[in-house]
Amino acid sequence: MSTAANTTAKPRLKTSAMIASIATEGQRTKPAPFGHALVELAKQRNEIVGMTADLAKYTDLHIFAQAYPDRFYQMGMAEQLLMGAASGMAHEGMMPFVTTYAVFASRRAYDFVHQTIAEENRNVKIACALPGLTSGYGPSHQAAEDLALMRAMPNMVVIDPCDAHEIEQVVPAMAAHNGPVYMRLLRGNVPLVLDEYDYKFELGKAKLLRDGADVLVISSGIMTMRALEVAQRLEADKVGVAVLHVPTIKPLDTETILREAARTGRMVVVAENHTVIGGLGEAVAGTLLRAGVAPVFRQIGLPDEFLKAGALPTLHDLYGISTDAMAASIKGWL
Amino acid sequence: MDTALDTTPLGHNVPLAERAYRIRRNALLMGEVQGQGYIGQALDIADVLAVSYFHAMKYRPEDPHWEERDRFLLSNGHYAIALYAALIEAGIVPAEELETYGSDDSRLPMSGMASYTPGMEMSGGSLGLGLGIAVGIGLGLKRKNSAARVYTLFSDGELDEGSVWEAIMSAAHYKLDNLIAIVDVNNQQADGPSTQVMAFEPLVDKLEAFGWFVQRVDGNDMDAVVAAFDAAKSHPEPKPRMIVCDTKMGKGVPFLEAREKNHFIRVDAHEWQLALDALDAGRTA
Repeated sequence: MSTAANTTAKPRLKTSAMIASIATEGQRTKPAPFGHALVELAKQRNEIVGMTADLAKYTDLHIFAQAYPDRFYQMGMAEQLLMGAASGMAHEGMMPFVTTYAVFASRRAYDFVHQTIAEENRNVKIACALPGLTSGYGPSHQAAEDLALMRAMPNMVVIDPCDAHEIEQVVPAMAAHNGPVYMRLLRGNVPLVLDEYDYKFELGKAKLLRDGADVLVISSGIMTMRALEVAQRLEADKVGVAVLHVPTIKPLDTETILREAARTGRMVVVAENHTVIGGLGEAVAGTLLRAGVAPVFRQIGLPDEFLKAGALPTLHDLYGISTDAMAASIKGWL
Repeated sequence: MDTALDTTPLGHNVPLAERAYRIRRNALLMGEVQGQGYIGQALDIADVLAVSYFHAMKYRPEDPHWEERDRFLLSNGHYAIALYAALIEAGIVPAEELETYGSDDSRLPMSGMASYTPGMEMSGGSLGLGLGIAVGIGLGLKRKNSAARVYTLFSDGELDEGSVWEAIMSAAHYKLDNLIAIVDVNNQQADGPSTQVMAFEPLVDKLEAFGWFVQRVDGNDMDAVVAAFDAAKSHPEPKPRMIVCDTKMGKGVPFLEAREKNHFIRVDAHEWQLALDALDAGRTA
């Protein structure tokens, strides 16, 4: 075999890890913001307990378990039990923070969340890792429809935070709200972005992170991070992109959304890490239509299909939710 | 007997058989209001409810949220007609509400829900929920160092639900000796005899293998039910407790007992009075 043949060996393949980090190379991050924030909050609130279904380590709840072993409940790989038992704990005045993956809370345990937590209006906080397309493992672990399922449920507050800075503030806000809450959880080394925007999370409030004359991006979760990058890039092309971050999917801040969308001359683009069915995009569309506000409207989100397995950057490009793909889409629509 | 019972209309010297008679009678009267209801189940479980509310549990009728009360979770929400009958007899729900059963704006909907009815601790209806909630309540009571117990009633059909077995496994894992579960084995579920729909025997062996303290009794034998509840409360091992109650659908009304067995026993309009008469005829003095 010649040396030349060796140099044309197969290129290194991109991997499709189950829990790949969503942080880009060189991005500032903070480790386990949910776990640390919960430990801090639990110092003041004795009623907080942590419960999980065999995923403490993968939802950053292990940090709470280490700090408060007697307040941590391992329910085994049984999400239906997890939700029912959390309801029972809340019945007795505890405030359970319950963790699993978003697919298991929203899909497998739906009736248990619906009946034992939402219908009974129990004070249970559900924090779920791998929201939307944040795993390359395939549909079993890709919660493309979690927001649609959770926001359809009466009594449920639904939050899709963007970064570590926001998660730290969401945790005490969840506790301050009396009733069930579903939070999309980013775990591990979580990007740190919003601290540079003097950002403060308020439950039920949308926040304009930057203004711009040509495009209004309305986004939640990691798509806000992408939207801010897109806005910076398009600035070089003399395109003004405003970014309205909507971390609380339900109840929706319709007042701010309508005020910003009603400003004339701007195309409205809703960007979400979620299927285009039943998430932020359609929630905003319905809000605009009901109010008679009719800007040019576009959606960036996951298609109505079972998503592929693969490396996250590949998949985010493929489905149009990477920064590159998003910038290209918006430029094409202008 | 518990002092909480002194406030009930008949005081605490009423025989449990009389309590069971009155629970059955309340249930038949509610069934008559709507012309329907899960009356076969209400009649079969009346003895167990009489023992629960007038022998085993502590509670204050005037304060359904009393912190030290024993919790009773009705997992099989369609048995609400039976539980309302017991709650009325216990003085937790006023007797005059009986005639509103299943009607618009009533606090007594056909399927039991926590937000509607005093003394209703959970929303049933979707089967297989109660035991899991009971596990959480049992854990919560232990966190509070409470001496209260959590009781939960569920049906043999619910044994088909995987969530029930998740809860059975975890209750033993957490040594929930403050949890007393009662399964009503009337061998009837929607599509036929429960043992034929999905075989669950040998039930006692299975539950014991899962780490529970298990007793199996004739759920319509008052003395046996009392003894089982007493043993469940006093058993020394740190295990959750299960009472498997074999019951007879329609118990106490012979012509309903004899009717072709069905999950939803049909009762014609003129038969409600006949059923009340038959119940009276069998009343234990």
